[in-house]
Amino acid sequence: MKHLLEVKHLYVDLPLPAGMLHAVRDVSFHLDMGETLSLVGESGCGKSITALALMNILPPKAIRRAEILRFEDTDLLRLPDEQMASLRGAKMAMIFQEPMTSLDPCYTIGNQLVEAILEHQRISKQEARGRAVYLLDKVGITGADSRLKQYPHQLSGGLRQRIMIAMGLMCGPSLIIADEPTTALDVTIQAQILELLASLQREFNMGMILITHDLGVVARVADRLAIMYCGQVVETGPTADVFSKPIHPYTRGLLDCIPVPGKTRPGDKLGSIPGIVPTPIGDLFGCSFRNRCSQATADCIQDVDLLELSPGRAFRCLDRPEACRPEGLEVRT
Amino acid sequence: MLIYFLKRLGLAVLVTIAVSMISFMMIRVSGDPAIALAGEAATSEEIEFVREQYGFDRPLIIQYLEWASRAIRGDLGESPYMNLPVTQMIGNRIGVTMTLGVCALSFAVLLSVPLGVLAAIRPNTWIDRLALTISVIGQAMPSFWFGLIMIIVLGVKFRLLPISGAETPAHFIMPTIALGYYATPAIMRLVRSGMLEVLSSDHIRTAKAKGLRWGKILFKHALRNAIIPVVAVLAVQLGFMLGGSIVIETVFALHGIGHLAWVSIGRSDLPVVQAIVLLLSIIYVVLTFLSDLLNAFLDPRIRVK
Repeated sequence: MKHLLEVKHLYVDLPLPAGMLHAVRDVSFHLDMGETLSLVGESGCGKSITALALMNILPPKAIRRAEILRFEDTDLLRLPDEQMASLRGAKMAMIFQEPMTSLDPCYTIGNQLVEAILEHQRISKQEARGRAVYLLDKVGITGADSRLKQYPHQLSGGLRQRIMIAMGLMCGPSLIIADEPTTALDVTIQAQILELLASLQREFNMGMILITHDLGVVARVADRLAIMYCGQVVETGPTADVFSKPIHPYTRGLLDCIPVPGKTRPGDKLGSIPGIVPTPIGDLFGCSFRNRCSQATADCIQDVDLLELSPGRAFRCLDRPEACRPEGLEVRT
Repeated sequence: MLIYFLKRLGLAVLVTIAVSMISFMMIRVSGDPAIALAGEAATSEEIEFVREQYGFDRPLIIQYLEWASRAIRGDLGESPYMNLPVTQMIGNRIGVTMTLGVCALSFAVLLSVPLGVLAAIRPNTWIDRLALTISVIGQAMPSFWFGLIMIIVLGVKFRLLPISGAETPAHFIMPTIALGYYATPAIMRLVRSGMLEVLSSDHIRTAKAKGLRWGKILFKHALRNAIIPVVAVLAVQLGFMLGGSIVIETVFALHGIGHLAWVSIGRSDLPVVQAIVLLLSIIYVVLTFLSDLLNAFLDPRIRVK
């Protein structure tokens, strides 16, 4: 079966004054219709850059290369810029982290909602407006007619993020990339927005890439996840599997950092990963996590390939799964 | 919006009144007008006579109020040297200054905005360096000196353009360049830095993710945001230009308001100097007011609460 999106051996390099930043190194994944894949990792692990690379809106100097970068039947690697632009916003939509600044302060919501569809489809302004009203209603914004005339500064962060979502859906995309869509929102709104994204994704049967550093978010909505560290995928698999039987020491460390309802008692110490994330500049070799890893051995200076444990379940560590903790963490959603 | 408009309007009126008061006082303080009017060989009786005749012996505040109440009705007095109503003297010359001002501002905007945009979309390339060079030269070079250089090169050596007077449009080319170039650097640098900032902002990334055409991203979303602070600075630059036009009109012998001011200061023609200061300050205040309105039009965050 053909995947909605297939990425094989994606690399993104950014030339910086300090040297070449290897922001994304050998990232591979695929996504099917109606499926949610979560890219998880700390700030600067390359998850957002991966998304920008898919949309081809990387910073001007960034260098992108890959073996396969295919969306539906289109080879994105060989697609001319103009055709890529007509794919962006039409078939692939993206929602960003900062709803407060992601809308143009100079134009009304209505103007910004219809602008993409007027660019991509032969449709009258009236029809476009009708679609905008329909989608505002879908994302739970009441009084859509009057909202269309408002400016971004008149709306709260939660409302703006709903508008960003509606904007992404205007052209009926088959892929939606949500880059930390709830990070900038307060906790009560976060849950609503996630719920909304998940239900819209089901309703329109879209593939969704959810980028986040919040494992709670992943547990709620993702079918599969890929843990990223220092530009590489260190572990990937179905969400429940990874949560219950984490293999990579980094994944285990991450899971130790979050309290588990019923298990973590008041006064218990949560885990933490010692050290800081290294910046992937210059020539890199070996496991990127070795300096912070409690199980690291002398062998860890060798380069490590992604090792497939079973179809769709892989990790990047010399340490074999026997070392994985016998008692896995429970997944609560 | 109406409240914003009224606030700005009230402020504009207050500024005009304050400027007229300050300028009135400053001019009286700068020397005894009676002595200047009576002439060098005048006796003290004659000076005293002139002082009474013109009312200079009364308290300043009374003089000001009398002048102001007549000015409101459009009567700016009469020049004791030319025996002409001041309004008529200004009316004869305002066309030249206005033409120069509008041409110079248009020249400055048409040069600096495109260059600023080009420099911003191609930072650290030859076009950016060229724009920087143009702005550094413009900033460093006094406009009267630039005017003189143009006269020597374009007027005297190559005889391409007339060097003095205001008879034909060609007469305005060099003064326009000299005066407009002076305002270019500030605007260009502001457009460049504004564009760079906006182009790296989140909403431009959104526009890219929406697959909009580059032209639409650049002009609809980026320039519209970057131009807002430029509009505010334009009014200030125009103020500098009004001052600069006194120099430029003298260099090119354009008989406009600036030239009239220069001559009138030289002969202590108080009513004329007073009227010109008032006029320039009103022009400046009106322009600032207009730029505030334009800003509100461009930026919904000001317009819509």
